[in-house]
Amino acid sequence: MSDPAIKPHRYTEFVGQDKPRRNAVRHAYGRGRFVDDIAFANLAHVAFFRSPHAHAEILSIDTAAARALPGVVDVFTAQDLTEICTPWVGALDHFPGLKSPEQWPLAMGRANWNGEPVVAVVAESRAIAEDGVDLIVVEWKELPPVVGIEQARAKDAPLVHPEFGSNLCFAMTLKAGDVVAAFRDADLVVEDTLDLGRQTALTLEPRGIVADFDPSLRKLTAYHSTQTVYQMQDVFCRHFGLSEENVRVIAPDVGGSFGMKLHVYGEEMSAVAASIRIGRPVKFVADRMESFLSDIHLREHKVHARMALSKAGEILAMDVDDATGIGPFSVYPRTSAMEGNQALRLMGAPYKMANYHGRLSVLFQNKAPTCQFRAVGHPIGITVTEHMVDLAARALNLDPFEIRRRNVVTKDMYPHTTPTGYILERLSHEECLARLETLMDYPRLRAEQAEARQRGIYRGIGIGTFIEITNPGPAFYGIGNARISSQDGCMMKLEPSGKIRAAVSISETGQGTETVMAQVAATYLGVDVEHVDVITGDTERTPYGGASWASRGAGIGGATVMQAALALKASILEIAGVILQGEANDFDLRAGQIVNRADGQIRMSLAEIGRIAYFRTDTLPANVHPQLSVVRHYVPQGTPFDFTNGVQASYLEVDIETGIVTLLDHWVVEDCGIILNRQLVDEQIRGGVVHGLGSALFEECLYSATGQMLTTTMADYLAPLASEMPDIHIDHICTPTEMTPLGAKGVGEAGTAAAGAVVLNAVNDALHPLGAVLRQTPLTPERILKALGRI
Amino acid sequence: MDPHYPLAFILNGARVEHEVSVRTTLADLLRHQIGQTATHVGCEQGSCGACTVVVDGRMVRACLIFAIQLEGADIKTSDGFADDALMISLRRAFTERNALQCGFCTSGMLIAGHDLLSRVAQPGRREIREKISGNFCRCTGYEAIVDAIWKVAQEMPDTRAGA
Repeated sequence: MSDPAIKPHRYTEFVGQDKPRRNAVRHAYGRGRFVDDIAFANLAHVAFFRSPHAHAEILSIDTAAARALPGVVDVFTAQDLTEICTPWVGALDHFPGLKSPEQWPLAMGRANWNGEPVVAVVAESRAIAEDGVDLIVVEWKELPPVVGIEQARAKDAPLVHPEFGSNLCFAMTLKAGDVVAAFRDADLVVEDTLDLGRQTALTLEPRGIVADFDPSLRKLTAYHSTQTVYQMQDVFCRHFGLSEENVRVIAPDVGGSFGMKLHVYGEEMSAVAASIRIGRPVKFVADRMESFLSDIHLREHKVHARMALSKAGEILAMDVDDATGIGPFSVYPRTSAMEGNQALRLMGAPYKMANYHGRLSVLFQNKAPTCQFRAVGHPIGITVTEHMVDLAARALNLDPFEIRRRNVVTKDMYPHTTPTGYILERLSHEECLARLETLMDYPRLRAEQAEARQRGIYRGIGIGTFIEITNPGPAFYGIGNARISSQDGCMMKLEPSGKIRAAVSISETGQGTETVMAQVAATYLGVDVEHVDVITGDTERTPYGGASWASRGAGIGGATVMQAALALKASILEIAGVILQGEANDFDLRAGQIVNRADGQIRMSLAEIGRIAYFRTDTLPANVHPQLSVVRHYVPQGTPFDFTNGVQASYLEVDIETGIVTLLDHWVVEDCGIILNRQLVDEQIRGGVVHGLGSALFEECLYSATGQMLTTTMADYLAPLASEMPDIHIDHICTPTEMTPLGAKGVGEAGTAAAGAVVLNAVNDALHPLGAVLRQTPLTPERILKALGRI
Repeated sequence: MDPHYPLAFILNGARVEHEVSVRTTLADLLRHQIGQTATHVGCEQGSCGACTVVVDGRMVRACLIFAIQLEGADIKTSDGFADDALMISLRRAFTERNALQCGFCTSGMLIAGHDLLSRVAQPGRREIREKISGNFCRCTGYEAIVDAIWKVAQEMPDTRAGA
C-alpha cells in the first residue's frame, strides 16, 4: 500500500475477466492429468486391509498367504514401519491442553475406527493387491465402541483412549460481557438444541498419490492430489527422515479438494513407505468405498443454545454449548479443534450482541476422523445463530428481515470486535439485507406463500446473515508452531518471446487460481492476459508458500503476484530505457508494448526486449545486466483475517404427506471486496451453496450402534444432483479491504457458510402453522414427518 | 496372474484388439491398458457418471461393464468427438460459461449433454437438469452446466428427424 503506483489500479477492471480459463479448455477436451492418469512402466500398487471393527485390539496378523500370492511385492504392518517412519500427533500450541495419541500410517496395536488401514499389500496391479488383502488374517479382541456424541461424553462411557481417562480431546470456554445479568434482565429467552449430522467431502476425484523414491539419492518425488504441496513436502521429509530439498511434491490436476486434501492420511504415508521399502514408484488411489471410510468427515455437532432478547428484539446475549465428535484422532497437522473453535467464535458474529458465553467440547469417538473442510465451522455457528434469531422473531412477532436489521453491526461501528474476539474491518450487513429484500421481491413471495397456504401448500422463506473468514495470516497455524506458511511467493520472468511466465505458490484445484493470478499479473504489468502463463503445485518449480485453503488465494496470492508484476515491469522499463536511450520513467508498458509514457506512442514490443536482452547483449552498454526474472514474497498484513459478509435466502415447499422438500429458489448477496473475476466468484458461490444445500437436505455419514459405517456408496450417501438443485441468484456489494493491496478478500466459503441455515429456517417457516420445528440436519423426509407427528 | 483373452472392438472409429482379463472393466481397459485417460473413474459403483461413454449408440457407465462383454462393440469416448460439431459447441459453451471447475466430471457431463441434444429438440432447463442428474459434480452447483447446454440448444440448427 506504500507504493503510490498501486492506488490507481484498485478500482479499475482486471484485464481478461471475459476470457475462458485455459484449464477449462484442457478439461473440456479430456486433457486433464490427474494422479490416476500418471503411469510408470515399473509402477506398483498398494491396497489396504482395513479394520472391520470400530474398536478392537489386534491380537495377531498373518500375512503369509498374501506374501505367497504371485504378483505381491511387499506386505507390511505398522510394526514394520518403525525403522523408516516417525509417528505424528495432531496437536498445536494454540490449542492448549489438546490431547491426541500418536498415529502411525497403519493401526498400531489397536484399530480405532471401521475402515482404518491395518495392513498394506503392494503388488504389480491394484487387482492383485486387493487379492492379497483378501488373504490377510487378523485376530481381534473387540472393544466397546464410542459412536454418538452423547455416548462419548457420558460419565460411564467406554474410553476410546483409556490412557487419557476421558473422551475429551479438547475443551474451550469463551466469555464476554455479563451473560448472567443479560439473561436475568431479558424480556425473552429462546432456547433449543440442534443436531447437525456428520458429512464427508465426496470430491469426485478420490484421494491419490504416486510416490516415487529414488534410493540412490534418497530422493522422493510424490505426485499427490493435494491442495498444499509445501506442507506435504515438510510432512514427508520430517516423518521419513529425508532432507527437505530431496522431497519434491507435485500436485497435478486436482479433482476437487475443498479442504479434504489438506490433511495427512495413513494411506498416502503408507504409499511413501512402500516406495522407500521397494525402491519403485507406488500408487494409491482410493476407491469410493475407501473414500467414505477414510477421507476426513466433518461437522458432527450437537449444540445447545440460548439467546436473550429485549422486547424490541435486540439480541442481548447468547449462551452456547457445542459438543463435536471428531473420531479417534485429532487430524495432523491442522488438528480437529479448528472446526469447533470457529463454530464457537462465529456464533452471533453478525450482530451487535455484547454478551457471550460459549463452551466447546471436542470428543473422541470410534468413527472416521473429522477435520477442516470448506467453510470450517461456519455452517454450525450460522445455523445455530440464525435458528435462534428466527425463534425470537416468531416469539416477538417480528419479520425475519426486521429483527436482523435491528441487530446487525452497523456502518458507524467499524472497526468492530465481536465478543469472541474477531476484528471486523468494515462489513456491509445493512446494504446486503436491503439488496436481498429487493432481489427476491420479498413482499411478493410472502403474498405467494400466504396464497399457497390457503390451498394447503406449505411454502417457507428462510433468511440468514453471515460473516466469512478469509485471507488468514499466521494466526491460523503459524502461531501454533505448525510448519504451514501464511506467506506466499511468485517468481516471474520475461520469456525471449515476450511472453510472461509466473510460478506461484498458490495452488489450483478448479477454482480458477491460475486465471486470477494471470489477470493480476497482466493488469499490473500491462500485457494481454493470454500472454501470461502460470505454474503452480510443484515444490521444485515454485517459491515456498502456503498454497490454497481458507480462501487465501485471491487476497494473499493476488497481492503476491501483484508485487512480482510491478517489480518485473520496473526491470523491463529499465532495459527499455537503456535500449531507447532514455530514462526508465520515460516509458510505460501497455498492452504488451513499450510506449512513451507521455504520448502513448509505441516504441518497441516485449518480444524485441526479449530478443535484445537475451541474444544481443553485445548491443547494450557495458555492465548492463538485464534482470528479467524477479521473485517477490508477500506476508498478509493487518488483522489476523479479512472477513467478508453476506446474506442468503431460500424459498421452498414442503410436502407434508411425504416430507419431501422442493427447493424453489435461492439468493445470495455477498461482499468479498474487490472482485477480480465476477464469473469465477459467482461460480465459487454457487458451488458452495450447493454444498450447503446438500448438508441441509441429504448428506449424512451414518453409523450403526456398533460403529459400522452404513453409507459407503453414493446410493446410500445422498449428494445433491442437478435435478434437485435450484438456480441461484447472486448479487454483490463491494466493500474493499484496506488490509491487502488489491482490496480483494476470499469467497470460497461464503456459499456453504449459510446455505444450510436458510434451508432449515425456510422449512421451519413452512411448517410453523402446523406447530412443527425441525432441529436435526439433514432434513430428511423421515425427520420432517416425525416432526409433523405423522410417523 | 489372471488369464487374458483376446478382444476386438471399434474404439472411436478405429478397430482395436486387446487382451483382457475377465474382471477388467471397460473403464480400466480404456484408462490403464489403452492409456485413454479422458474417461474418469469417480465411484466404480455406477452412481457418479464420470466414466460415461457411448457403446453402440447408448450411454453406458464404463465402470459397470466388463471389457470382455464388448466383442465387436462400437465404443465412443470423450476422445472420439474431435470432429463432432455439437460436441465442439458444447465444449466451447462449457469453457465460456465456466461450467467446469476441477474438470473431473466434465467428460461424462459433456457426453450426457451431447446425448440429450442429439435426441431432444430445444430441451427446457428442467429437462436438462433431469438428463444430467446421473452425473455428479461437486464443484459447480450445476447451474453453469445447465446454462451451457441450454445455450447450445438455443443456437443449434434443428435438423433432427421428426423435430
